[in-house]
Amino acid sequence: MTRNGLLRAGLFFVVLVSFPFLTTSQWMINMFIFTLMYVALSSSWNLIGGYAGYPSLGHAAFFGFGAYFTAIIFTDSVGNGWSPFLFLPVVGVSAAILSVPIGYVAMKTRADVFAIVTITLLFMAQTLAFNMHAVTGGAQGKSIAVPPFDPATFGRPFYFGMLALVAVAMAASMYFRQSKIGLSLSAIRSDEDKAHGVGVQVTKVKVVAFAFSVGITAMAGGVWAYYEGFVYPQFAVDPLITIGMVLMTFLGGRATLWGPVLGAFILVPAQQYLSYELGANQFYLLAYAGIFLITMLILPRGILPTISDKLRLRKKVKESLA
Amino acid sequence: MSALLKIENVVKRFGGITAVNGCSFEVAEGSVTALIGPNGSGKTTAFNIITGYLKADSGTIEFDGKKIAKPTPASLYRAGLSRTFQQARIFPELTVLENLVISSSFDWKQLLGLRVTAADRARAMITLEEFRLDKLHDLRAGDLSYGQRKLLEFASVLMSNPKLVLLDEPTAGVNPVMIETMEKHIRARNKAGVTFLVVEHDMQLVMRLCDPVIVLDHGSKIAEGVPEAVQSNPQVLEAYLGS
Repeated sequence: MTRNGLLRAGLFFVVLVSFPFLTTSQWMINMFIFTLMYVALSSSWNLIGGYAGYPSLGHAAFFGFGAYFTAIIFTDSVGNGWSPFLFLPVVGVSAAILSVPIGYVAMKTRADVFAIVTITLLFMAQTLAFNMHAVTGGAQGKSIAVPPFDPATFGRPFYFGMLALVAVAMAASMYFRQSKIGLSLSAIRSDEDKAHGVGVQVTKVKVVAFAFSVGITAMAGGVWAYYEGFVYPQFAVDPLITIGMVLMTFLGGRATLWGPVLGAFILVPAQQYLSYELGANQFYLLAYAGIFLITMLILPRGILPTISDKLRLRKKVKESLA
Repeated sequence: MSALLKIENVVKRFGGITAVNGCSFEVAEGSVTALIGPNGSGKTTAFNIITGYLKADSGTIEFDGKKIAKPTPASLYRAGLSRTFQQARIFPELTVLENLVISSSFDWKQLLGLRVTAADRARAMITLEEFRLDKLHDLRAGDLSYGQRKLLEFASVLMSNPKLVLLDEPTAGVNPVMIETMEKHIRARNKAGVTFLVVEHDMQLVMRLCDPVIVLDHGSKIAEGVPEAVQSNPQVLEAYLGS
């Protein structure tokens, strides 16, 4: 990574770390918790959906897995309040291990078929959550013991929990880009058969990318469940979560480090604003559809790749004139 | 010379069409063998079977003295059998240099390492210099011309130090200068010990470069021999000109 890149990442995290100390506004912190959650989610989706070109629509299943796992373990007590956060690595690793056979089978298919297979996974997870009463509480949901945090700064631990996941997701993204895993994933995205034919360990890298991706997604689900206090099947395993992750990554730019970050920072506040303005109905979904259409028509590769292409072209023209 | 590749009684059917019909031939080590035949004679299907992209319905393939039970493109590539495609298949989003690095069949430990290490770069640059693509190493491969892509594809499949390279129409659609360049590189690599099996429609090139020439028609071998003999073989003439 270049020095400029490190500087940018450093600045990004310094601003975000200091932010909760600069405001006492609860709704701002609340909005940022969700923004950071989606930064982590779309950055992790990008690992498989962007770099490998496997558009998973099933990530919400793993988000739900993380949410329920956390809720089930901490129904009665959260200790000093920090235990659910310390438990997150277990959630992430469990989801990653669970994802290996699932990813192995699902990634025998490609592109649109893969999208359909993974969305089936989502609905399977939701049906399980509704019906396994003994474990999930069914439609009544599952509650988590109340965290003993100071009401004045109640949101902070969750904010930093999400921020830590953003750091993990972005670090994974950066590592992928810099290693042969990323090189292999790009090759798979371009031409998987050819990649296979030049000895790229196609299955292995795909499964690794999928495991990383859903592991981080599940951890985000864990923090979310703890923050909400209640886990219901329709919200924990929600197609809208998947769609959010996909849309933000597409908008900002697939297979880039900052694309999913940018996409989340645009769409989450926009969504909150729209749902506030339009009341508690789901009209913001129409706006989602509109943004998706416009993105695909005008910026099919997303904001950042379009800009960097323009810059590259301009530099080329300048060089040829000089 | 011993046979590096041995194909026996290979059959492949697609529905009612028999694309390869009891095909048998050998490729001698160190040769530049041509595989020719009219359109639809099963050359590309034979290529796909040999390289593991297609599964034969029956028949055996022996490479480097070993029968390959479950051939996959990846395992064959690692065993030293490379190929190029009719429509040059490169990775357009990767740079020219990365196209070579990705093709150098690294193991999983290297997978965790840097995208392009200094050693990778040095090794790839040697091949790029040989192919005169070194100045373009930082360019996205998708920005190359068609002829350059064919060269790049050829150069990249050499990165695994193959014993046998299958070239599927290496000069189709490229300009005459590039045909000469391609021929030069095939000769140079052949001299260095690489065996070639070439599907090619440019008969002048085949006659100049290849020995022996194997002729397929309707999925089976109808002739084999030195170029001149094949050229005057009545069966071959009939297959090409029809009757």
